[in-house]
Amino acid sequence: MIHARGLSRTFDTKHGREKKQVQAVQGVDLDVEAGEIVGFLGPNGAGKTTTLRMLTTLLKPTAGTATVAGFDVATQPVDVRRSIGYVSQSGSTSPEALAGEEIVDHGMLYGVGKQQAERRGRELFEQLDLDGLWTRQPRTLSGGQRRRLDIAMGLVHDPGLVFLDEPTTGLDPQARANLWTHISALRSERGSTVFLTTHYLDEADALCDRILVIDHGEIVASDTPESLKRQVAGDLIELIVLSADQVAPAAARLSALAGADAEVADRTVSVRVPRAGTELPGLLRSLDADGIALESIEVRRPTLDDVFLELTGRSLREHA
Amino acid sequence: MTFLRETSIVFNRQLRMNLRNPAWVIIGLMQPVLYLALFGPLLESFAPMLGTDNAYMVFVPGLLIQLGIFGALFAGFSLISEWRSGVIEAERVTPASRTALLLGRVLRDSVQLAVQGIVLIALGFAFGLRGSIGGMLIGLLITIALGTACASASNALALTTKSEDVMAPLINSVALPVLLLSGILIPMSVGPQWLQTISDFVPTKHIVEAVRAVFAGDFANGVVYWGIGWTAVLVALGLWAGTRTFRKENA
Ligand SMILES: Nc1ncnc2c1ncn2[C@@H]1O[C@H](COP(=O)(O)OP(=O)(O)OP(=O)(O)O)[C@@H](O)[C@H]1O
Ligand SMILES: [Mg+2]
Repeated sequence: MIHARGLSRTFDTKHGREKKQVQAVQGVDLDVEAGEIVGFLGPNGAGKTTTLRMLTTLLKPTAGTATVAGFDVATQPVDVRRSIGYVSQSGSTSPEALAGEEIVDHGMLYGVGKQQAERRGRELFEQLDLDGLWTRQPRTLSGGQRRRLDIAMGLVHDPGLVFLDEPTTGLDPQARANLWTHISALRSERGSTVFLTTHYLDEADALCDRILVIDHGEIVASDTPESLKRQVAGDLIELIVLSADQVAPAAARLSALAGADAEVADRTVSVRVPRAGTELPGLLRSLDADGIALESIEVRRPTLDDVFLELTGRSLREHA
Repeated sequence: MTFLRETSIVFNRQLRMNLRNPAWVIIGLMQPVLYLALFGPLLESFAPMLGTDNAYMVFVPGLLIQLGIFGALFAGFSLISEWRSGVIEAERVTPASRTALLLGRVLRDSVQLAVQGIVLIALGFAFGLRGSIGGMLIGLLITIALGTACASASNALALTTKSEDVMAPLINSVALPVLLLSGILIPMSVGPQWLQTISDFVPTKHIVEAVRAVFAGDFANGVVYWGIGWTAVLVALGLWAGTRTFRKENA
């Protein structure tokens, strides 16, 4: 559905007389297949929006190629536009218009008939909890309501491929959960493909089949949430020994298990291993055999936060 | 066919928003109406000097063109706020023709100008204007055409600068000398030779003269053809600048 090779974008910025180039996106390769829900993760300024704007034909790449829904973004932009829906990060409605009219007009610009656009629009209003706001001016809506209006606008023409740029910013937990359900339904009921950016790891975790992590304009990881968590961080085993003189032998055991140095803090010894569940029984037996008594033992599955920190956190940026 | 449909979608949307908030239409009309009411009477006593027995036959055509230039040149400002709220980007991501996105907006300005022009002529009539009916109609059409050109150029400028602070001084520095040299309030023909010579290079001067001539029913006058010719050139230039800007990526 989306295939990009070496996609790059450089911005020229002027600061008084000094000219500078910002390399917003540098050589991004990505593939999204039909029916996938793919999350695009990265810190502020990583190049997510810029990538999306290139894939949606709003911005010309300075290098590289991309085909979206089978059409080349550079040579067949109109065909690309016809095939996609886009919800921008920064809003898309005029403060003075009427909410419902914005939806209908937008649908009509895609060639949808007026009645059909209105019918689908009202349906989306209902599904996104915007009931009764059809004739309200967007400037009188709350931030979260306006955000949902933007989303309804991007979906009014039932696109087979949807780009959502941070769709859930500003939504309360309930509206967020509701939107997740809606996005999942887009795939299960309409067979749509969804490409969304987000800062929320729980969101990517709950929603996406696959995650792409971008930092400094380059893709630094691409995998399922599960295997990302397994690869990059591993499970954390953290144990507290009863007496201080047992810290050293316990650390030796854990280090041997993980093949890396265990971390020690006071009586706490911790280590990361790929699959703690399968290691734990053996570990407990061997600790027992060594006569090491435990106060407690805890296993924590890695969160995507751990992944995110490790991939885009300070340590990575220092190496880069 | 799709192009016309897309143009009318954009046009209808713009018109609806204007009708919901007609303040700008009224404010745009205030200036020429004030001129008509407060400056027109002063001009009456100078009518013989201007070579006419009815000052409004000279004055109303000038005000019409002023409305067409000034009103339309500021049309781009609403585009900047639309751009800021993300509307332009939302429209550009649809398959709609970029030219339709421009034309729908420019047509709204043309319609607005037509209404303002009719109100102005009707008010002028109340003050004593007695033009030829056909002539006034042609004059109005010329005004609308000129306004369309200016609105298109203004939208192009708005999309290029994306800043009211850059655009306002730019428009003022162009529009003011153009207005002064077009003989809007008083025909250039009463001025000194050097001023007339300079004004010969200002297209809108010829357009004002053409509108004055048709108001007087003097259709065969050569100035009419010059004026219409210049209007056509400006329309072509304005629409060219507008479509070029709207078609550019990244705008
Ligand atoms: N029009 C522009 N001119 C100059 N620099 C730009 C422009 N647009 C984006 N940039 C720069 O490109 C980089 C990537 O920006 P982008 O908007 O793609 O980030 P992002 O990943 O979407 O961030 P966020 O999470 O904050 O939305 C940033 O450093 C930004 O400052
Ligand atoms: Mg962004």
